[in-house]
Amino acid sequence: MSVGLVFVSHSATLAAGVAELAAQMAPDVKLVAAGGLDGGGIGTDFEAVSQAARDADSGAGVVLLYDLGSAQMTAELAVETLDGEVDAVVVDAPLVEGAVAAAVEAQGGADRAAVAAAAAKAGAQAETGASTDSGAAESVELTLRNDVGLHARPAALLVRALAGLDTEVTVRLGEQEADAHSVLALMSLGARQGDRIEVLAKGADAGTAVERVKDLVARDFDE
Amino acid sequence: MACTTESVAEALRAVASVVAEHRVELIELDRAIGDADHGENLNRGFTAVVAAIETVPETPGAVLKTAATTLISKVGGAAGPLYGTAFLRAATKLGDRSEVDAEAVAELLAAALEGVRARGKAEVGDATMVDALAPAVEAARGAVADGVAAVLTAAADAADRGAESTVDLVPRKGRASYLGERAVGHLDPGARSTALVLRALAEAAK
Repeated sequence: MSVGLVFVSHSATLAAGVAELAAQMAPDVKLVAAGGLDGGGIGTDFEAVSQAARDADSGAGVVLLYDLGSAQMTAELAVETLDGEVDAVVVDAPLVEGAVAAAVEAQGGADRAAVAAAAAKAGAQAETGASTDSGAAESVELTLRNDVGLHARPAALLVRALAGLDTEVTVRLGEQEADAHSVLALMSLGARQGDRIEVLAKGADAGTAVERVKDLVARDFDE
Repeated sequence: MACTTESVAEALRAVASVVAEHRVELIELDRAIGDADHGENLNRGFTAVVAAIETVPETPGAVLKTAATTLISKVGGAAGPLYGTAFLRAATKLGDRSEVDAEAVAELLAAALEGVRARGKAEVGDATMVDALAPAVEAARGAVADGVAAVLTAAADAADRGAESTVDLVPRKGRASYLGERAVGHLDPGARSTALVLRALAEAAK
């Protein structure tokens, strides 16, 4: 049972595309697209958004993301009128980055508040990357052999591999560093096939974390 | 004199016919600063409201609630959730009262304003519906002693002036805000439609 996500967009195609992208990283999360007007056309459909929130709920609550102004209003009105029927919240986040961050967080089994928080801070994270952290307890250097490097799906797999571990993990590529718990930060490294990355972990589960990342890289992220 | 359920329904029918009359005007206002659909959307919404209350619900609050849910689903665009919220909050304020007196009318206008403000996150001066509705609420409160028709007339007069004030404003909410200074000199379509709705209610109450 994981938190469900609803993507509210003026465009049916855009909402479906965001759901498609997020599904790459979160195969077990309920992702529902609520885009466009009933019968086609650009706009947001209150009934469709309300129904999407019901459909996305499997008991752990729902987070709604939106594209532009009136999509936000429609989403908020839907949440207000659902009136507790679904434990839902509308998050102010960049739609694509927020969807990816929220989907990965939900896939990892986080609760509704954590999923919403992951979405909300997605925009800022993409710009600033991770903070520096020295004194790693475990580290390993790995060469990426898979086709796409640390692109979206592999990055999501890496984040998921670390979910639930008591450890702080950083991935370095040359001068750059990224928080290994953030898909967007990992993607912002731009690590490609053939690149050598350094994984630094500290905390109680540092050893396990490093082993899991090594394993993923060795398996070419199951590509 | 207080309004009955039937007179509230009658007032909504009057609103629908005024919106239909001004459909083109609202479209033209919206064409200047938005996507030219405000008149079409509102007309579709209120036409659906008239159909939805053909069998008149039991209380004034129920009439307004039916109007709210209909507007939410039928209007589309930003006006859908905004008008829908306004009517929904007004309906909630009325509860299951069987008649609406002047004080209740002022209260439900205030509740509608609060809803629109919260939903659209707009304040007076942003060039939105709030610029018409906020002064209307103020004026309505001041006229409570004079009865329902006076309350609504005072509200409509103030809303007209408030809507006119948006001509000189730089919009800060909605699509018009993307135009910035270029939107100055244009009457906000949402403020205009709000004033029209209040005027229709005032005329119906006379």
